[in-house]
Amino acid sequence: MDCFVGIDLGSTTTKAVIVNDDGRIVGRGITNSRSNYDVAARVARTEAFTNARFDMLGRALEQEAGQDAAFTAALASNYRLECFLGQLQRLEDHCQRDLDSDRYRDDRRAMGHALEVILEGVRRDAHAVYAGNASARSDFFRDLAGASYIEHAAQVAREGGPAFDRLVGLFDRNIIPVENEQETRGFEELLLAALGRTGRANPGVATVLQRVAGSTMREVSAVGTGYGRVRLPFPKENIRSEILCHGLGAHLMFPGTRTVLDIGGQDTKAIQVDENGVVTSFQMNDRCAAGCGRYLGYIADEMNIGLHELGPLALGATRRIKINSTCTVFAGAEFRDRLAAGQAREDIVAGLHRAIILRAMSLLARSGGIRNQFTFTGGVGRNQAAVKALGEVASDNYGTLEINIAPDSIYTGAIGAATFALRSAGSGVSAN
Amino acid sequence: MSTAIKDLSQDRQKRMIAGHYAELSHAKESGRKVVYTFVPGNLTELLNNLGLLPVLPEINALQSGMRGKTGDYIHIAEKAGHSEDVCTYVKADIGMLKSGNLGPTGEPLPKPDLLLLSYTGCFTFLKWFELLKREYDCPVVMLHVPYQGDGRITEQMRRYVADQLRDEVIPALEKLAGRKLDYAKLRQQLALSAQAESDLVWVLESAKHKPSPIDAYFGGVYYIGPIFTSFRGTQDAVDYYQLLREEVEQRIREGLGPVTPEGTMHEEKYRIVVEGPPNWTSFREFWRMFYGEGAVVVASSYTKVGGLYDRGFRHNPDQPLETLADYCMGCYTNLNLPDRINLLEKYINEYAADGFLINSVKSCNSFSAGQLLILRELEKRTGRSGGFIESDLVDPRYFSAANIKNRLESYFQMVEAKRARS
Amino acid sequence: MSQLIEESPAATGALAELITRATKLYEDLEFKTVRDWKSAEPSRRAIGFLPVYAPREVIHAAGALPVGIMGGGDQIEIVRGDSYFQSYICHLPRSVIELAVSGRLDAMEGFIFPSICDVIRNLSGMFKLLLKDRWVHYLDLPQNFDRAMGGKFYRHELATIANGVTALTGIEVTDERLRASIALYNENRRALADLQALRAQRPWLVPATEYYLLQRASYLLPPEQHTAMLRDYMRLSSQSARAPQDNIRVMVRGAFCEQPPLGLLRTLERAGCYLVDDDFVLGARFIPEPLPEQGDPWEALIDGFLYRSLPTASKYDLHADKEAEIVRRAREVRADGVLLIAPSFCDPALLDQPMLARALEAAGIPYTSFKYAEDTGQFQVIREQAGTFADAIKLWGNA
Repeated sequence: MDCFVGIDLGSTTTKAVIVNDDGRIVGRGITNSRSNYDVAARVARTEAFTNARFDMLGRALEQEAGQDAAFTAALASNYRLECFLGQLQRLEDHCQRDLDSDRYRDDRRAMGHALEVILEGVRRDAHAVYAGNASARSDFFRDLAGASYIEHAAQVAREGGPAFDRLVGLFDRNIIPVENEQETRGFEELLLAALGRTGRANPGVATVLQRVAGSTMREVSAVGTGYGRVRLPFPKENIRSEILCHGLGAHLMFPGTRTVLDIGGQDTKAIQVDENGVVTSFQMNDRCAAGCGRYLGYIADEMNIGLHELGPLALGATRRIKINSTCTVFAGAEFRDRLAAGQAREDIVAGLHRAIILRAMSLLARSGGIRNQFTFTGGVGRNQAAVKALGEVASDNYGTLEINIAPDSIYTGAIGAATFALRSAGSGVSAN
Repeated sequence: MSTAIKDLSQDRQKRMIAGHYAELSHAKESGRKVVYTFVPGNLTELLNNLGLLPVLPEINALQSGMRGKTGDYIHIAEKAGHSEDVCTYVKADIGMLKSGNLGPTGEPLPKPDLLLLSYTGCFTFLKWFELLKREYDCPVVMLHVPYQGDGRITEQMRRYVADQLRDEVIPALEKLAGRKLDYAKLRQQLALSAQAESDLVWVLESAKHKPSPIDAYFGGVYYIGPIFTSFRGTQDAVDYYQLLREEVEQRIREGLGPVTPEGTMHEEKYRIVVEGPPNWTSFREFWRMFYGEGAVVVASSYTKVGGLYDRGFRHNPDQPLETLADYCMGCYTNLNLPDRINLLEKYINEYAADGFLINSVKSCNSFSAGQLLILRELEKRTGRSGGFIESDLVDPRYFSAANIKNRLESYFQMVEAKRARS
Repeated sequence: MSQLIEESPAATGALAELITRATKLYEDLEFKTVRDWKSAEPSRRAIGFLPVYAPREVIHAAGALPVGIMGGGDQIEIVRGDSYFQSYICHLPRSVIELAVSGRLDAMEGFIFPSICDVIRNLSGMFKLLLKDRWVHYLDLPQNFDRAMGGKFYRHELATIANGVTALTGIEVTDERLRASIALYNENRRALADLQALRAQRPWLVPATEYYLLQRASYLLPPEQHTAMLRDYMRLSSQSARAPQDNIRVMVRGAFCEQPPLGLLRTLERAGCYLVDDDFVLGARFIPEPLPEQGDPWEALIDGFLYRSLPTASKYDLHADKEAEIVRRAREVRADGVLLIAPSFCDPALLDQPMLARALEAAGIPYTSFKYAEDTGQFQVIREQAGTFADAIKLWGNA
């Protein structure tokens, strides 16, 4: 299969998308950007290819071996469990080597024993997590393993083992090389191991597995985008601005799109596109990050609740409060001031959401207003209160609008980039 | 200004400027009087006529910016109570003053014997001299230049400026110089001004060629140097602009693109009109973001702040005071917003630009307030793409290279995508 | 509204009603007052003017109502206004544009933009583009204070305004009409001066918010109505049972254009500061003394601006001794201290501040400074700062 890869190197996450020569999305991958862009791009890309193979596999298993989607999903979970356990093994190896250093001269034995207990716990947790629906949890090894490690380390420490800080220090020092290493086993080896865990397979499944694993996926071309795009080892012509990719991506997801609003953690973009997804005008927030997703993050921190709890809280508002400052620096102070003045949490939080949307409206107006259809992307798009406020303010000012919100809009830029890769390689492919 | 262009004309300009600073550094010994004054609406012919030496604080500030000194200077001024919100030219100048007032040659600049507040199009200039007046114990003379609020210069406005020149400014300058203004000489000076202005206009308009032989913004700031500072109305300036014109003629004959710090620009991919002053602290880096993408600036408004000559105005030796009045009132920042838009629209069309960019500068509300409406209007009227970036004149804290580069790249790619579509 | 009355327990009956009326005028960002005034007579016209000073007498004499446009305060939601201005530009033009593009300024046929700063100047050009059917004039106030030059130029400016308004109303500004308008505004000047004196002498009778609301009313009401309102207020307040508090006396400078929200004034007073002198709504009393009602009325206005107007950062008189002036005034009103405040990004106020601060320091007058915006919503920091300032003066006689 010919593959066209788009990589979106964002400031927090790196996304990869693969499209086939029909332009259909066949694979997606995401990882945190870390400090190492090269690794992030590689990890996301590998994950996208794995995802693409599972896409292929799912079809083949259904048609040729009569296995349903649930089987493929279970297989995929076990595949990820295998990958997780592989990484965990590498983590253990690194930790063991570290324990031989002078640092642990005095408590080598106790630490070694504690590590075994902790990692055994992490392994148990992983089995439980992947037996359920793993995708409900964070996809990142560091987050998943880290949370579990800390929990077990705390217990070990409580029960008279080495100090908690010392145990966590061991993890922190050794997680970095693990993240930067690649899985040594190939797709097929991992897949067969996963199949062993899945069990109850129809006859012929192994054959399909081997064929799919053995089929070639040729990366014809790749295009990079996103804030860190200049760091990608791509020739200049294979680098596109995130604005162009985002505009095209939104057009591909919703072909009727004319205006795109993207509110991310650090920046907000307002983009106008034509009927072909070509960007005709754009505006980004100025130097100041006021009114971006990060602002909500500060508020959530201030309230000591999770970011995802903000939206539902705001939806419970009964009064409209006008918040004037969306400055991240003053966010906490303003919140406390208003609480002190006796205003309800729900109302204040709803006011904050509206303030962010008003700020976005000003960028939209600068870029040329809102035209139908209006596509809203970015992390803040997952926040129902923000979506509600946007709907209200947008229709008050621009009349009735069709507002598109994609569940996986985080891939918008990467989809655009992959499609640019397909288009730029267009002539080359048909010649083959 | 440090040299980025290595041409004969540039050498000549360097020598002229070096000569001026040499005179300044010996002003006290040679007994020459020093006048601080501003670029837009300057009265260079009058000062030269009376043998007075000008010092231009905003040139000091931008040169300090290019030499990487303004970060410290601004910090000093802010520590002394100046708000972080206000113009960084002013703060850089105050900080420089408090650090020994060293000029570009490393020698202290002489103190002013007079502050000549002939200014155009910026209220901060007035505050600037109010502040300087308190630092130096010297007289101030003020020329109020009315704004073209209704888009024209009326006879009353002209009269008002000419009256002030005759009754206040010239007597103050004469008193300082200890002699009378020589009107015969002034007429000769104004004739020389007009001559150099015509050559400058020719050079700026050469950008209508494809490829353009000049960059009318980054290169342009070098070209306007002599005529915007202390050389208007001198034979030196006439010679400089003649030489420059010959060089540009040669480039056109050879089909060459503009000169950049890294040699001649080879491929002209984008023709852009720019509104707003440049950033000085990262001038080279900013410029590279353009020529690195094959973008050449074919016309700019910034190169009109010290005189708008390409719409026909020339200094007229027959009406010395009225012509100085018209000059002052005609500078770019003295145009009202609709006329600024009209001018930029003409540039975009006359210079066959692919689009236009606004560099919105935090320090300068005279330029910046209203630029977002300029953006909208120009997009609407020309159908060409507008870009918007933000920086500052000399505040290094306000030049985010990654951010600006990101926007510029996005902008150029958008222009390209739109061009490919049509 | 109810909040305000609660805070002034002594404000009951007629006084409370009067304050309610002034508050409603302040909150009238739809300019309903102006629309009502106009609807009484179909030929009536209204002219908006921006801070700081416009010669209202000329507008009035041409038969139009001069209306002060002071921004949107903290009451309007900025939806479109922000899209016209970068983050480093002050707040007032955003709300003014919001008022304009939302149709709230439709009650006015023309607008005057006085020459106070680059932002307001450029805003005049924006109005020319955005409100093409309206008369928009940039009023270039002279920066040359010689009668033969600046005065002569200003006379042309005044004539331009007179002609502009006449074109809308059909009423010629005769000397006689102008003298009559001057006389009317002189009455208003006297009333404002009396109110100012009352507040300086017995500040507890004139709380800061009320004083502010009364001044703002002058930007919407015809002068005779406003004068009557001031006289009523002074009578009612003097009869009230309001008692003095242990507050210090402060003078405020820097609020001549973008206005502080009412909450900020309330905060300052609650923090222990009587505002005995300020530059809020400065245009209403920019020429504090009555102008001559005989002789050439144009000359009276010119003379008033050139030689009798108050000093402020947005009046560009390079030869003025602003240091001596602020010290003189602070002593005149017996101010214990000075608040040098400024709207964020206000060039004139902020550039003036170091000069004023130095003068106060040299004179041994305590001062403190802070920034605000017309829609500032949180006052905690300001409350503490002003409170500390007041306490320090009370305890040790200086800050």
